Amino acid sequence: MAKGLTTRKSQRLVVLTAGLVTLGLATGLVLYALGSDSLSLFVQPSDIAEHDVKPGDRLKLGGLVATGSFHRGDDGVTNIFTVTDCVADVKVSFRGILPDLFREGQGVVTEGTFDTAGLFVADTVLAKHDENYAPPGTMPKNAAACTHPEGVATAAEMAGR
Amino acid sequence: MIAEAGHFALVIATILALMAGIVPPVGLKRRDMGLIALADSFAVAQFLMVAIAFAALMHGFIVSDFSLKVVAANSHTAKPMLYKVAGTWGNHEGSLLLWVLILTLFASLVSLFGRNLPLTFRARVLSVQALLSLGFLLFILVTSNPFERLSPAPLEGNGLNPLLQDPGLAFHPPMLYLGYVGLSVAFSFAVAALIEREVTPMWARWVRPWTLAAWIFLTGGIALGSWWAYYELGWGGWWFWDPVENASFMPWLAASALLHSAIVVEKRDALKSWTILLAIVAFSFSLLGTFLVRSGVITSVHAFAVDPTRGIFILGFLALVVGASLTLFAMRAPSLAPGGLFGLVSRESALVLNNILLATFAAVVLIGTLYPLFVEAAGGAQISVGAPFFNYAALVLMSPLIVALGLGPLLAWKRGRLSRAARILLPALIVAAVVFVGTVWATAGGYVMSAFGLALGLWLIVSAKLEILQRIRFFEGPMAGLKRLVRLPRAALGMALAHMGLGVLVLAITISETWTSETLTVLSPGETAMAGGYEFTLDKVEPVAGPNYAAVRGTLSVRRDGELVTVLTPEDRTFGDPVMETTEAAIRPLVTGDLYAVIGEAIGPVAADGRWSLRLYFKPAISGLWLGTLMMMAGGLLSLTDRRARVGAAAAREKAA
Repeated sequence: MAKGLTTRKSQRLVVLTAGLVTLGLATGLVLYALGSDSLSLFVQPSDIAEHDVKPGDRLKLGGLVATGSFHRGDDGVTNIFTVTDCVADVKVSFRGILPDLFREGQGVVTEGTFDTAGLFVADTVLAKHDENYAPPGTMPKNAAACTHPEGVATAAEMAGR
Repeated sequence: MIAEAGHFALVIATILALMAGIVPPVGLKRRDMGLIALADSFAVAQFLMVAIAFAALMHGFIVSDFSLKVVAANSHTAKPMLYKVAGTWGNHEGSLLLWVLILTLFASLVSLFGRNLPLTFRARVLSVQALLSLGFLLFILVTSNPFERLSPAPLEGNGLNPLLQDPGLAFHPPMLYLGYVGLSVAFSFAVAALIEREVTPMWARWVRPWTLAAWIFLTGGIALGSWWAYYELGWGGWWFWDPVENASFMPWLAASALLHSAIVVEKRDALKSWTILLAIVAFSFSLLGTFLVRSGVITSVHAFAVDPTRGIFILGFLALVVGASLTLFAMRAPSLAPGGLFGLVSRESALVLNNILLATFAAVVLIGTLYPLFVEAAGGAQISVGAPFFNYAALVLMSPLIVALGLGPLLAWKRGRLSRAARILLPALIVAAVVFVGTVWATAGGYVMSAFGLALGLWLIVSAKLEILQRIRFFEGPMAGLKRLVRLPRAALGMALAHMGLGVLVLAITISETWTSETLTVLSPGETAMAGGYEFTLDKVEPVAGPNYAAVRGTLSVRRDGELVTVLTPEDRTFGDPVMETTEAAIRPLVTGDLYAVIGEAIGPVAADGRWSLRLYFKPAISGLWLGTLMMMAGGLLSLTDRRARVGAAAAREKAA
């Protein structure tokens, strides 16, 4: 054999090197990506102050849609509502069709960035999928202060479930 | 009574699994053939018992026996029959029962079709398989008993989440489970080989069809889930790098790697310990996926309930299985005889590269999926890893894979010549280069990455074709070549077809991600909006009634250059019991792409001239996703029917005799 590997040792060496190079590449990739836009912090409205959030930072914002806060913008496709954890409120705007289960008084997770005026511009809105499940992070911090829109069950009772 | 019979059958199955895990190994120790031979009977009996339990539960769903807690919580009398049946596995308890059903089914298939495996080896495989069943059966009986009664029984059930009432989704879990659990066979074979301290080409010949079958089901299951997300969720997306999607994607990556490394073991008797490790890792990913989905650590549409004891149980089981098998691997792998040598440029090397890249990608997806959990567990903030991370990883790791994928099949075993492969693939390179330059030029340099994606996809498709043409020596005489095509081993055709499918998939992803056009608008009946060169006119909006829902249906006529192309009728459905709304997107696949329309809420008062929010898309080449996946599955199926598997079986019989 003129070319190629003649011993088991050198074969192993090449395979190991290739593996390590790829793994190194992947590690670099992971570190690079984890430091950039790929990561988004998951917060509730009252956490925002402690996280030093700048306009343009990508966030996931969870909480309840404040009762009576929902209205539509003039163009008909922009939705404006307030997300609250019953401690602090954040005004959110979302251009698009809201998910089916979007309701005032219900849990919601929005994803987007703050603009310079302090409005949270969401590009994704997720509502809870069904009655048995609420996404973690949408349960209010101060559940006792929340009331259910129809007065059927208080948010505190919902949180206790 | 039927439910109690099911419960009883489940208890018997558990006892059988325990005995099947103990008796044959004891027999092996004492060289008692009678005890060893019991392994087969245990396997079949376990399957029968679990099948009885599963049938009992399904009966409960079909007759709407609401005295069963699971049925009351997940079914409803008004539900169509298909979804009553599918409801059996549309919940946590039932889906676990389905898991065990498939696990025991595979064990009995190994026992039936593995008659030509050496008896001792088969007995070891079956007892490992039985121990896996035991873990899951205990899990069901202790934490998730599907036969729990309610007293008094409610008159009506809670209904099934309407998002899940869909034909695509009814078959998504069984398909995915067949894949997940199919990998358990490769795992049991690997553990048995470690115990026997021997990995032979014959072993690989046995493992490969099982892995291939599991891989085909996994591919199909993932594609079904993706297809469902595409048409049911109404966002027009089909892959979100959701943790639960990743949970099914990681075993798929590992299975793809295993599929290829098993070839090296079979043909060249090399890469043995790596292949064993992959078999263990692939099934561990399946278990990890189950843990992620069933524990409620990650909440999504797939997570049925949040119950910490269940999570702890699965985590414990996962740790036990992975820990024990990896320990065994660490102890035994060094004693496996090393196999054949191969050159730096060879088929083996190409397959090693394939494995390194696939395994690394799986590791990166694992890190991206678990990182938020670790950060949160360490007391840090809640974070999430978004799609850009995974997309970037896919691009960096999968591009070299696809480039190498064109070359690999043309390299000879042991020592190949790159120059020969390059000469054969020259046309593919030219096609890829022309398309790349052409796309960059046509878009004035705006879409370099898309041009790269197109070039990659075409490179792969053309290379796979050239490889087949080369194999049948088509260019030396087309007629004689075509005759040879018929006699070509099915495995070779299957490989080319699956590789071409991947190429089609890459093309479809690139085109649809780059050139989708989306219009978000508000229309009154009679008004028109444009998307992707098509005119969408809202003709009317009317209420309609379905079997268990009421809907608002919009009728849109779509025209191109004034000519009617199709009529789309998106719906916004409201289900009763529980009250829930779902969006029913209207999709019309054309040759060039899909027309996709979603109707939202009414803006302002709902009157004859009411205004409705609408989302309209033209999504080019989406059908390529499903076509590419089908080609991959068909390729796998072709390879599975190859003569080699049967010939190998005969050879094994001779060896055992």
